[in-house]
Amino acid sequence: MLLQQLTNGLTIGMIYALIALGYTMVYGILKIVNFAHGDIFMMGSFLGLFFMKELDLPLYLAFLLSAVVTSGIGILIERFAYRPLRMADRIVPLISALGVSTFLISLAQKIWGTEMRPFPTAFGSRTYTLGSITFSEIQILILILSFILMLGLHLFVTKTKTGTAMRATSMSLTNAALMGINTNRMISLAFGIGSALAACAGIMVGIYYNAVYPTMGYMAGINAFTAAVLGGIGSIPGAMLGGVLLGLVETLGGAYISTQYKSVISFAILIIVLLIRPSGILGKKDINKV
Amino acid sequence: MSLRKTTAVGAAAAVLIVLPLVLQQVNDYWMHIVIMIGIFSILSMSLNVIIGYAGQFALGHAAFYGIGAYSAALLMIHFHVSFWIALPAAAVIAGFFGFLLGTPVIRLRGDYLGIVTLGFGEIVRLIFVNWVDVTRGPMGLPGIPAPTLFGYTFSGKTEFYYLILALALLTFFVIHRIVHSGIGLSLLTIREDETLAQSVGIRPNKYKLLAFTVGGFFAGIAGAFWASYISFVSPDAFRYLDSVNILAMVILGGSASLPGSVLGAVILVLAPELLRYMSDYRMMLLGLAIVLMMIFKPTGFWGEKHRKYNFYGMVRKGEGK
Repeated sequence: MLLQQLTNGLTIGMIYALIALGYTMVYGILKIVNFAHGDIFMMGSFLGLFFMKELDLPLYLAFLLSAVVTSGIGILIERFAYRPLRMADRIVPLISALGVSTFLISLAQKIWGTEMRPFPTAFGSRTYTLGSITFSEIQILILILSFILMLGLHLFVTKTKTGTAMRATSMSLTNAALMGINTNRMISLAFGIGSALAACAGIMVGIYYNAVYPTMGYMAGINAFTAAVLGGIGSIPGAMLGGVLLGLVETLGGAYISTQYKSVISFAILIIVLLIRPSGILGKKDINKV
Repeated sequence: MSLRKTTAVGAAAAVLIVLPLVLQQVNDYWMHIVIMIGIFSILSMSLNVIIGYAGQFALGHAAFYGIGAYSAALLMIHFHVSFWIALPAAAVIAGFFGFLLGTPVIRLRGDYLGIVTLGFGEIVRLIFVNWVDVTRGPMGLPGIPAPTLFGYTFSGKTEFYYLILALALLTFFVIHRIVHSGIGLSLLTIREDETLAQSVGIRPNKYKLLAFTVGGFFAGIAGAFWASYISFVSPDAFRYLDSVNILAMVILGGSASLPGSVLGAVILVLAPELLRYMSDYRMMLLGLAIVLMMIFKPTGFWGEKHRKYNFYGMVRKGEGK
C-alpha cells in the first residue's frame, strides 16, 4: 500500500517537476513569476488532444508537434506581454500575466468548449506488477519520458555552449549581455523550453487522468509553482527535486489524511516554506527578502 | 473645494439619487447591474487600500468577501440576528481574518505575497465547499432574510439600491479619511520604500497589518450586503477569478485612487453587459485589455497624481498670505 502510494506520488511528482522547470527557468532569468504558465500547460494538453483526435496523428507526433506549437505560444507571450514591461515595476508584469492567463483560458473555452474532454486512450489498461507495486502503462511512460526530458535539459544546460550562456544570463542579465550573449534570445529560449516541457506534461496529465479542460492549468500551475519554491526557485535541480517531493507528500497526504483537502496540503507547504526558508531546499541564499 | 469640484460632486449626487427612478422605468435588471456596481466598488476600494496604498500585492480578496457573506448568512439564519447587527459583525469577522492572514504574510513581498494570498483564497473556498455541516457545501445557504427597518422589509431593488449607495459612500468616506491621514502617508512611504519608512520611524508591519484589516473589513461589508440582497450564498461567487476581477478593477481604474476604483468597478461590471452580443469573446477581450493597459497605461484610467509637494513652493505660498 505504502509502496504503491509512493509510486503514484512519484508519477505525479515527475509531472509537477516538468511544469515547475518552466517557472524556475523564467524566474531564474527575469525574476518574475509567469502566472500564465499553468495555462500554457493547458494549451499544450489541448493541442496534443487536437493532434491526436482531429488529425489522427500517432502519440509521439502529438507530443512533438504540441511541444513545438506550445513553445511558440510561450515565446510569443514573452515577446508581447512581458518584454515591453521589463523595465516596469515588478507588479506590472504580474498583472499582465493574469491578463494572459484569462485570455488563454477563454480562448480554450471558445475553441474547445468548457466541458471536460476525455483523451483518446492511447494505452491499453495493461498493468505490470513488480513485487507489491502495480504500474499502469501510462505511469511507466510518465516516469521514463519525464526522466529523459529532465536528463536532456540537464545535459543541455550544463554541457552545451548555449546552455552555459543561459546559465550566465540567469546569473546576471547585464553581465551576460556585456559578454556578448544575446540575452533576449536566451529569455525566449527559456520560455520556449519551459513551455515545451509544460506541453509534454499537459499531454501526460491528459492521458493519466483522462480529462482535459480549460481551467486545468490553475491547480497544476499552483502545485508546480509550489514545487519550484520548495526546491528553490531559480534552481533547475531544485525544481526537479521539489516536484517529486511535492508529488509524494500530496499523494501520501491524500491517502492518509484527507482527500478533500488534498490541494490544501500543497498550499500549506507553500506558505510554510515561504515563511521559514524562502530560498527553498537547493536555492541560493539571497540577500533580497522575498 | 473649488467651485468646479463642488458642482461636479453635486451633479454626481443628484444623478445617484435620481438614478433608480429613471432605471425603474427601463427594467429591474438595470437596477441589479447598478447594485452590483455598488458592491464591486466597495470591494475594489477595499482592495485598493492593500494594493494601491500599502503596495501589498494581495490576490485573494474574494475570500474576505466570502467570509463576510457566509458570516452574515449564518448569523442571520441560525441566530436570527438582525441585518443591522449581522452587517458590522460580518465586517469585523472579515477584518479579523484580514488581520490573521496578514500576520504571517506581511513578511513576504511581491509575487510571493500574491501566490500565498491566492492560496489563502483557495483554502477559504475549499472550506466553504467541504465544511458541509455548516456551509451546506456546494448547495449553498438559501433563505437569508432581507434587512428590515422599523418593521419595514426591504423587498424591492430600489431599497437595496439606496442601501448599497449609503454603504459605498460610507466606505469611500472612511477609506478616504484613512488614506489622507498620517496613516495614509505612512502607507505610501512603505509602498515606495520600506527601508526608508523604517529609517524615519514608521513600523511597516503595523501599517501593513492595518491595511489588511481595513481591506478585509470593508470586503466583509460588501459580502454581508450581497448575502442579504441575493438571499443565497454559495462558494461559486468567491472563486479565484472573482479575486482577479476585483484586482483588475483596481488596476484599470488606477491604484491608489478611490474614484479610480469606482470607475474600475463601473467599467468591469458594465463591460460584460454591453459586450453581451459578443459574449464568447468578452473574457478574451478583458485579458487582452489588461495586458494592453499594463503596456500603455500602467497607472490606470484615473490613477493617482503624484503628490507634488515642493517645500520651497509651499513656504512661498505661505508668505503670500
